[in-house]
Amino acid sequence: MQFCMLLNRVSGFFQRIKKPTTWSLALLFTLLSQQSFSVDVDRWQYNMTEGVTPVSRDVYGLHMDIFWWCVAIAVVVFGVMFYTMIVHRKANGAKASNFHESTLLEIIWTVVPFVILIIMAVPATKSLINIYDHKEGDMDILITGYQWKWKYDYIGSDVSYFSSLSTPQNQIRNMSTKGVNYLLEVDEPLVIPIKKKIRFLITANDVIHSWWVPDFAVKRDAIPGYINETWAFVDEPGTYRGQCAELCGKNHGFMPIVVEALPQAEYDTWLAAKQAETLKLQELTNQTFTFDELYTQGETVYNNVCAACHQVNGEGIPPMFPSIAGSKIATGAINGHLDIIVNGSKNNPAMRSFSGELSEVDIAAVITYQRNSWGNNMGDSVQPIDILRFKESGGE
Amino acid sequence: MSAHHGPAKGITRWLYTTNHKDIGTLYLWFSFAMFLLGGAFALVIRAELFEPGLQIIEPEFFNQMTTMHGLIMVFGAVMPAFVGLANWMIPLMIGAPDMALPRMNNWSFWILPFAFTMLTSTLFMDGGAPNFGWTFYAPLSTTYAPPSVTFFIFAVHIMGASSIMGSINIIATILNLRAPGMTLMKMPLFVWTWLITAYLLIAVMPVLAGVVTMMLMDIHFSTSFFDAAGGGDPVLFQHVFWFFGHPEVYIMILPAFGVISAIIPTFARKPLFGYASMVYATSSIAFLSFIVWAHHMFTVGMPVAGELFFMYATMLIAVPTGVKVFNWVTTMFRGSITFETPMLFSVAFVILFTIGGFSGLMLAIAPADFQYHDTYFVVAHFHYVLVPGAIFSIIAAVYYWLPKWCGNMYNETMGKAHFWTAFVGLNLTFFPMHFSGLAGMPRRIPDYNMMFADWNMLSSIGAFFFGASQLLFLFNVIATIRNGRKASDQVWENPEGLEWTLPSPAPYHTFTAPPKIG
Repeated sequence: MQFCMLLNRVSGFFQRIKKPTTWSLALLFTLLSQQSFSVDVDRWQYNMTEGVTPVSRDVYGLHMDIFWWCVAIAVVVFGVMFYTMIVHRKANGAKASNFHESTLLEIIWTVVPFVILIIMAVPATKSLINIYDHKEGDMDILITGYQWKWKYDYIGSDVSYFSSLSTPQNQIRNMSTKGVNYLLEVDEPLVIPIKKKIRFLITANDVIHSWWVPDFAVKRDAIPGYINETWAFVDEPGTYRGQCAELCGKNHGFMPIVVEALPQAEYDTWLAAKQAETLKLQELTNQTFTFDELYTQGETVYNNVCAACHQVNGEGIPPMFPSIAGSKIATGAINGHLDIIVNGSKNNPAMRSFSGELSEVDIAAVITYQRNSWGNNMGDSVQPIDILRFKESGGE
Repeated sequence: MSAHHGPAKGITRWLYTTNHKDIGTLYLWFSFAMFLLGGAFALVIRAELFEPGLQIIEPEFFNQMTTMHGLIMVFGAVMPAFVGLANWMIPLMIGAPDMALPRMNNWSFWILPFAFTMLTSTLFMDGGAPNFGWTFYAPLSTTYAPPSVTFFIFAVHIMGASSIMGSINIIATILNLRAPGMTLMKMPLFVWTWLITAYLLIAVMPVLAGVVTMMLMDIHFSTSFFDAAGGGDPVLFQHVFWFFGHPEVYIMILPAFGVISAIIPTFARKPLFGYASMVYATSSIAFLSFIVWAHHMFTVGMPVAGELFFMYATMLIAVPTGVKVFNWVTTMFRGSITFETPMLFSVAFVILFTIGGFSGLMLAIAPADFQYHDTYFVVAHFHYVLVPGAIFSIIAAVYYWLPKWCGNMYNETMGKAHFWTAFVGLNLTFFPMHFSGLAGMPRRIPDYNMMFADWNMLSSIGAFFFGASQLLFLFNVIATIRNGRKASDQVWENPEGLEWTLPSPAPYHTFTAPPKIG
């Protein structure tokens, strides 16, 4: 009903305007104004952020300087051009003169741009040397890119965890309303203290990724087998969001970065809690779980970790991402199933080892889930301690 | 056999032809077909990006589309179109009877359809088409690639062979077949820019062949050029690729400079302002193109000395490029200007290519590039130099020389309609990308946050508009060939160049006796 009213109004609107240009502008406007989001996002943002670090403000300054130089040159060049296009047209009776070649003019328009370039190169060099200041930081964080998530290791403490997209599939598939941080939200953000020089050591586990947080003006490639370093000194507490900036496969658009910068005291509390959590997880390995506990936990793990490739229905996208439903491994001997998750596939690099990525509890849970879902009906389960023994025996 | 025999009849005319005009025509039609195919892929991308959320295609297929769009446009549309123009125009411009190596000419064209059929067929293979971007960075394109990567490598080899043969032919023609009196410094700029381009091609296509062969070895023969686990380095791939890739972008723009330098003097009715400085500027750009490649890699973690070197060298390119733009503007200054379709496209070229140059200058500033790199700002930049740059110059060339080729004049109203729709469409498509990029949208993503939604919707609308406008171009060209009104031999008012001394249409064989150069 509402739709019909809208249609009537729109068509009435178009009947009143005749000129095609107005018509198409109106169409454009209608389309854009229909883009109403149920959440309040910052629309029509058109410039780079100034960010929250001394480096990012510096970079923003460079960006604006070079931009205004370009505008100035454009005004001169396009000014002359439009002047000549309006005044010197044949239709206005302009007679062509025949002048060409002028050494003086040629020298001027070679030297002037060169001088402008030098004026720009000086501050750019200064900030670059500052960005490359690799002096010891107050703390080091190892960042590892995985297809398609980030791992953060706090060097010098045993805190280490993965950070992956937390936007539900329902929102991506347009089945529910998108939240304000759609595709820019993670299950566990990176947490850092403010007013400290944080050194980031960046690498990757599989393909090249790139860790980018615009508010820090930090973008550094994560390259498998090599470690890059960069740093940030954050002034203000807050939540800062970025995305992977190097094509890394299917879910490249779905591995955001979220950094939470906290005052030192709050950061210390967070770190202590995180350390306690790590200890607790290690204890869980020795516990025995019921089938239902494992199955429920397994479903969560599967949907967070495995479903990106093997799909929620377990059918995968063959041949790169094989089906688990009815597969030889998931319906075969349990050791084969353990092997592929702990050691990865020997034939298909897309199936990497999940030994470091998932806890023993999670591996036990997800194996139990996979063997008893989508028509797989093995009825068996494994305990976390079995996983630990399998690993300690050398994974045979 | 008489020296003045006409073309053979039927399909064999095209299969066996060694005539530079026939081969030029083949190249041009082929590249137009590829332009429409690559454009269709771009529209799939823009349709998916019309709104946030996944609507039409899966991310896996999205990556195949971005990859195929880039590969087809670069290797299938822009490069063959310029080779087609070279084939048609270089012998006419230097007073030669044909290309120097006519049989090789046939061969270098006819392997292209095979290369692109193979490349396109990967879309129907198990695991899909190449999905690692047109820059195909290892290890995404080696260890993690779909099986079709091998076909991609083979296709690239064939394209490279075709380009190398084409370049050898162009160099041999220019250096050996000039009419008496046509000294190097009397050659039209289009011939000059192509001579320099051909040298660039010979220098870098083997590098591309090398890098894809190293990939092939890594994938099938257990080498580790690009795998750190075996002592290799993924960044090595990028160095080798961009050593090819940066000269490659000049390969796509230098002949365009030649076209524009031919068209602007004709419609300003005034000689080119600084011929010699244009030749020297082109040579400097070609030289600089070899020492700036790592500006595509400012974020890989090069040492600061490397960053500085590549930043300075890149900024330096602004100088000879500026010389060119200033030359075109001064050529127009105090001329007697008319705005026929080729001139409209050329003027748009100068303005919009300069805008692409400005964003290029911004990207050269390494610290700022840390923010721009791999965002839509870069996508905006290179589309501004490629679409209103390379593509507009090709379209301008077609409108400019089509009357000479087919003997018929195109319809000016339709030409202008094509221009204005293309102009509005492309700016609507690519200008908002500057903003979405600066706002923080990475390139090559199938879905995005709502903060980028408005810019993306504008881009998508513009893209379909631009795409539709090219169908008008196709219609224009066919209508001109089939029933355009007869063109005069000179076509334009006192244009400069040997090609205008010939009848329209240019006879099947021209300059069998060398012309006199005044």
